[in-house]
Amino acid sequence: MRLSGAKALVKSLEAVGVEVIFGIPGGAILPTYDALYDSKIRHILVRHEQCAAHAADGYARASGGVGVCMATSGPGATNLVTGITTAYMDSSPVVAITGQVSRGMIGKDAFQEADIIGITTPITKYTFQIRDPREVPKTVKQAFYIASTGRPGPVLIDFPVDVQREEADIDFDEEFELLSLRPTVDPHPLQVKKAAELLLNAERPVILAGGGVIISGASEELVRLAEYLSAPVAFTLMGKGAMPEDHPLCLGMVGMHGSAVANKIILEADVLLAVGTRFSDRSTGKFEEFCKDAVRIHIDIDAAEIGKNVKPHVPIVADAKKALSAIYEAIEKISPKMDRSTWVQRVKWMRERLATIPISSSGSIRPKEVIEEIRRQLPQDSIITTGVGRNQMWAAMYFKAYRPRTFITSGGLGAMGFGFPAALGAKVAKPDKIVVDIDGDGSFLMTERDLATSIVENIPVIVVILNDGWLGMVKYWQDLFYRKRYCATCLKRGCPDFVKLAEAYGANGFRAHTLDEFSKAFSEALKSDVTTVIDVWISPDEPVLPFVPPGRPLNDIILGGEGGGEG
Amino acid sequence: MGVKQPKNSLNIISFIVQNRPGVLFRVAWMIRRRAFNIESISVGPTERPDLARMTITIYGDEAVVEQVVKQLRKLIDVIKVSKLDPENSVIREMALVKVSVPDQKARADLDYYVRAFRGKVVDVAPDATIVEVTGSPRKIDAFIELMKGFGVKELARTGAAALLRSPKGIPGEEK
Repeated sequence: MRLSGAKALVKSLEAVGVEVIFGIPGGAILPTYDALYDSKIRHILVRHEQCAAHAADGYARASGGVGVCMATSGPGATNLVTGITTAYMDSSPVVAITGQVSRGMIGKDAFQEADIIGITTPITKYTFQIRDPREVPKTVKQAFYIASTGRPGPVLIDFPVDVQREEADIDFDEEFELLSLRPTVDPHPLQVKKAAELLLNAERPVILAGGGVIISGASEELVRLAEYLSAPVAFTLMGKGAMPEDHPLCLGMVGMHGSAVANKIILEADVLLAVGTRFSDRSTGKFEEFCKDAVRIHIDIDAAEIGKNVKPHVPIVADAKKALSAIYEAIEKISPKMDRSTWVQRVKWMRERLATIPISSSGSIRPKEVIEEIRRQLPQDSIITTGVGRNQMWAAMYFKAYRPRTFITSGGLGAMGFGFPAALGAKVAKPDKIVVDIDGDGSFLMTERDLATSIVENIPVIVVILNDGWLGMVKYWQDLFYRKRYCATCLKRGCPDFVKLAEAYGANGFRAHTLDEFSKAFSEALKSDVTTVIDVWISPDEPVLPFVPPGRPLNDIILGGEGGGEG
Repeated sequence: MGVKQPKNSLNIISFIVQNRPGVLFRVAWMIRRRAFNIESISVGPTERPDLARMTITIYGDEAVVEQVVKQLRKLIDVIKVSKLDPENSVIREMALVKVSVPDQKARADLDYYVRAFRGKVVDVAPDATIVEVTGSPRKIDAFIELMKGFGVKELARTGAAALLRSPKGIPGEEK
């Protein structure tokens, strides 16, 4: 078929099942936008390319499919970088397509030329530059395969403008041959046997579930194995939603701002089964101290994660779902369901002892109340996204997630500004679900302009700003580690007026100073068919507890006033 | 390419990559990104025009070398990675050393060393001589040490190329 490179690209995107692209056009990608004009693919025009990348990421995480974003060369491409890095750190399948100056101009420092291949190679699984229109179908197939196979991640396709225009005979049936990227998905039977025996003979087994459990769709297998073993389950930030948080075996989140019971119990484990986690420093505290006396089993599809931060005794390179299934089957053959009453009692006792004791109100509405009210009003399948900072940690602590892919957050990179565009992406992926961005004032201000996108493109979400008027997490660290020397952290609450800001875009705006005001505003928001921003004024001195200071082992946890018990 | 860590042993990692633009960049980037301290890297074509072979030598403990191998395997352009056992491999490196040989005595000494190391004098000028020597990295180290007595004016080393002593080429695990 004789087609231009641009038309071939759009046709190839349709062929791999792309329904939505988030992007902004510009000179060097115009032929492709012209081809999009005739396509059924929905293009969502955002107001900044960072939003395009975050939205594509949110779309991918909510749907389990691949998210696509598009930008022009130079500044368009470089504006994607934060979003691509976020997707890379959190193993999210995103394909980014960028325009590029024409082949003959590459390397001449042409207008709007950026070496986006050089810039994004460290933050992607792979990058392509299409040098011939005949390569288009094969490149697109490969890009989607690489982004979604094994441990997922972003892939970038750089597309010089003259290749977009050039016509050629395009073969859409040409298959690609990839000599690498053949991940081991089936667990090694010997390793499975070893893991099964260790777990059977354990007195105090604990399972640590990471984001890999959600990516591989292994929640059922996780719960089934945990129940059979009577093993409590802790999760990492990325693993939130892998197990329903109202399950009696669920301990909650582990790590720097993890629940006290999760951090205490995981250190008591004699056998640790870690699945789909890369042992981030935020989850483990000091690597050398993390479960140092436990026998550690580590399941991950990425062999390079095995032994990178924490050395396992039994490594299992495999898909999480297949490995958990195989271990379950191996155990079921040997032993009946275990009750492990001593261990279960110990966990129960610890949970009660560390139960949250509400401290006296400071007069302001408290983040915990706000987030619990959000949970109370939302159906179980609603999706939460978060900003980064205190808002994110409170959301992780207090919002109980019951299903996978309902809690979407920038875990690895910690990119402020992620929450709102990710919410837009999630809403586009799941239009029937309610999507709520729990955000901070600082974080929301980094990407608020895409309220325009949300109104114009009719993508209604709810934004709850926990507004303390500060870069709150940084201020909190200044409180704790820098003698309250508040250098450059005060944002001066009231600027902007978020209610007026929302209204300027055509969104609803509410302000809440009390729980009652918030509760009413939130139920109004649920009834609205446009985006609502609720500006909740919280105390700037709200602590984020429990807290394990950076670089310290998990048992150095500070529980403070809310944790009770020791601390 | 880095500070030698003598307490660790020398490791040779040999791997086959797609012979296409940007591959060396991807490998070099990964090594920098993960803060691996490599001794040398060499690249060249193989018997198949679409594939190239790279060889990295690195001083390090087992955990570091294991990570290098795993991170290499993760790269899409890397097809096959093997850790070579130095005892069972042929390792060669070439060096060109420019030294000054001001008098008859120096020339005689140089000639003696070059013969002992089976090197070659490849360029002679009134003020300097270039010597070529090939061998294991350790042999090259020793030769350069001797050349320092003459005053090394310039030095160029290729980095190691290595093959396992086996008719089948690189065995080892599939990637």
